[in-house]
Amino acid sequence: MIEKGLLSEFQRTLGRENVFHEQVDRLSYSYDAAVLDPVLPDLIVRPVSSEALGRAIRLCNENSLPITVRGAGTNLSGGTIPLPGGVVILTSALNRILEINEADLYAIVEPGVVTARFAAAVEAKNLFYPPDPGSQAVSTLGGNAAENAGGLRGLRYGVTRDYVMGIEFFDSYGELVKAGARTVKCVTGYNLGGLLVGSEGTLGIFNRITLKLIPMPAAKKAMMAVFGDVRKASEAVALIIANRIVPVTLEFMDNFTIRAVEDFSHVGLPIDAAALLLIEVDGHPVQVAEDAARVDELCRRMGAMSVRVAETAEERDKVWEARRSALSALSRVRPTTVLEDATVPRSKIPDMVAAIEEIGNKFSLKIGTFGHAGDGNLHPTILTDRRDAEEWTRVEHAIDAIFEKALGFGGTLSGEHGIGLAKSRFLENETSRATITYSRRLKAALDPKNILNPGKIIGG
Amino acid sequence: MQDMRKLAELVKQLEDQLATCMRCGMCQAVCPVFAETGRETDVTRGKLALLDGLIREVFKEPSGVNERLTHCLLCGSCAANCPSGVQVLDIFLKARAILTAYMGLNPVKRLIFRGLLANPGFFDRFFQLASGVQGLFIKPASRYQGTSCARISFPLGNRHFNALAPVAFHNLGIPVNSAPGKSGIRVGFFTGCVLDKIYPRIGQAVVRSLDHHEVGSFVPRNQACCGIPALASGDTASFDRLVRHNLEVFAEEGLDYIVTACATCTSTIKKLWPAMAGEFSDRERSRLDDIAGRTLDISQFLIDVVGVNSVSTSQKDDKSNLETITYHDPCHLKKSLGVSAQPRALISANPRYRFAEMAEADRCCGCGGSFNLQHYDISLSIGRRKRDNIVASKSSVVATGCPACMLQIGDVLSQAGDPVQVRHVIEIYADSFD
Repeated sequence: MIEKGLLSEFQRTLGRENVFHEQVDRLSYSYDAAVLDPVLPDLIVRPVSSEALGRAIRLCNENSLPITVRGAGTNLSGGTIPLPGGVVILTSALNRILEINEADLYAIVEPGVVTARFAAAVEAKNLFYPPDPGSQAVSTLGGNAAENAGGLRGLRYGVTRDYVMGIEFFDSYGELVKAGARTVKCVTGYNLGGLLVGSEGTLGIFNRITLKLIPMPAAKKAMMAVFGDVRKASEAVALIIANRIVPVTLEFMDNFTIRAVEDFSHVGLPIDAAALLLIEVDGHPVQVAEDAARVDELCRRMGAMSVRVAETAEERDKVWEARRSALSALSRVRPTTVLEDATVPRSKIPDMVAAIEEIGNKFSLKIGTFGHAGDGNLHPTILTDRRDAEEWTRVEHAIDAIFEKALGFGGTLSGEHGIGLAKSRFLENETSRATITYSRRLKAALDPKNILNPGKIIGG
Repeated sequence: MQDMRKLAELVKQLEDQLATCMRCGMCQAVCPVFAETGRETDVTRGKLALLDGLIREVFKEPSGVNERLTHCLLCGSCAANCPSGVQVLDIFLKARAILTAYMGLNPVKRLIFRGLLANPGFFDRFFQLASGVQGLFIKPASRYQGTSCARISFPLGNRHFNALAPVAFHNLGIPVNSAPGKSGIRVGFFTGCVLDKIYPRIGQAVVRSLDHHEVGSFVPRNQACCGIPALASGDTASFDRLVRHNLEVFAEEGLDYIVTACATCTSTIKKLWPAMAGEFSDRERSRLDDIAGRTLDISQFLIDVVGVNSVSTSQKDDKSNLETITYHDPCHLKKSLGVSAQPRALISANPRYRFAEMAEADRCCGCGGSFNLQHYDISLSIGRRKRDNIVASKSSVVATGCPACMLQIGDVLSQAGDPVQVRHVIEIYADSFD
């Protein structure tokens, strides 16, 4: 428990109504969306201004209190799980969209702005902010930048990193650092913004983020292709891209997921199909029509059992409803849902899907796989019950095996969920001892008291 | 000190249901209370974590958890949006019952539920008496919503409310029994407390509509509360007593349906009676399931069973004099029962109105029954958002299907001085007979 004197200092600094320390509050900020053990912080604070945020950080620094910043707490790798005795800084009151500049195509936001709210505000001006992580209805832009979040549109439009033009952040001493600019080009100094994106709260705490905007594509068209063979589906993906068509989304669903979705929402999916591809192209209306016809033809050439092009908004919704309900459908099968995001080069998808199936059989586990086929980012989803200790051991072995396979195929541990606590022990397998040492030295130099979300990514 | 281990054992019966929450946090997107406070303990994920904490014996005493559990409208928005289908209302009502049984019922609530609510005859006489003397304490506030406010702020604060009717619905002399005409259908009419004591006019509109379609009715005078206020406070004993009383009252033979004009009563009867009723005999249980299965919202009954045809605005003869009307979806109709098209269709059956959909029509109004009494400040700010959406729809009438929502919407419109009438869907429909 935090000592009284320090507590009153936080209360004086931030306002009594923005400091929470009761046991119920401590428990309710002890977890995120990762399947990991909760850790109770000592204190939770909610700065309501930039100045208050800076003061909170300085106070933590003076007292060597570890800080974990929390947006919506939807992290899937444990990055928002605090440390014992630590302080959770909430960004929920730093939620203003400060500027949307239509002439220079950028926006400046505070870190607590909810992604979907921002996307809607931008869209109202007929502009587009593409990153759309699955949790966008609640996730915050600060969290997205800290995790370098991806989403369904990664293939064509990239991920959060590709839209961060500048970041203003507090360092571990509570001093304000400015990186990047609101210009398209900027080579001023180190690319600190690039370093901070995806740093999971270990190198600095965001105050303001400048985000790039692009024009809203005028048209889009969705379609669903059904395959009797995973390899054929994957080859279709490769063929589409080889034909110089880059769909905005190119989603994959395996047979297990197809059956779960059909059981759950009865949208009329072919339950005997080995794989589904859900594809959407966007752009100028003429090009969209052309691309859609071409994708249709390419899928058929690759042996698709059927291809259904959505002709109306209603049909389009139906196509995406299948994808949207994938996680819901899977998560209802068993109490605990472990959502992984091991990613492989897209040509390795058939091998990876086969490997995951093998792993499921080997450890007698139910695993549904869906995900972003276009960019090789799959979501093997293990359906289990964490309360069953014996089964949980098998789950842990299966996760190890999935990582090993993904790395073996030249892939990566995490496409979009981050390393956090869940995957830090695997980091060296993908990188090298020197990478870890370099990262740790960097962290030690910038955060000598080790108060910025310690233990995440690089352990220690 | 209380024995937290014993409490942990009790809460453990919820463990399987609690385990289905994967902490994804999607409930934050739709929870009206969380939208106001931004605190994790105010959203479902946080509350479920607190219940988990009770099982793991993280707390030295239960009052903190118990208090946070009341920060919930029981609107079901989270459950309707939950990817993993957590049975939120079930869990919360059971948890409230466990904690209330463990900690004891608050003495004021004990007096209200056990002394008043659970004794329907006395309850009715009490309110009749209160209706007679309320004029001493309240004064008119707005003619549009017909609201009043208190002459002194205790105990109702600055609320603008619809006062108790001079004569409750059950004393209006409506025949208890009427035979079906050409429809050949006979229904029981479950009135509910707010309709009976504050809005008898809604009951009259229900009876007129049934008569209009030659539907026979059974309207017993000694009905009791559906039980939701007691259940929401964890008083399962009073809840069971009220359910039993109503089962007896509606033990009438030959009822094809039971209709209500209260979204909350409908969802309580249909969903919570079967799920939450305690030790009932097999005979009582089958009676209960039978009644729950036959209960319908009045708009659902008229559209789906009777087959009332709606008229679209373009088909209405004289478009120049149409009044604009909007509709608020009660959570207990749309989110609990999936009823949202029928009330709109019934409104459209009145040719004098042009229908205008408001933004966020299905967002909770913030009433939440006793939530409004315990957390009026949060309730009011949720209600203001509803008020803004109603006003933005440029309607002169807002209709809805729940008397409790009408109280809340009347309050926020009246306090803002807006010239918008608050009416029940069935009143709008019954007006079309004139």
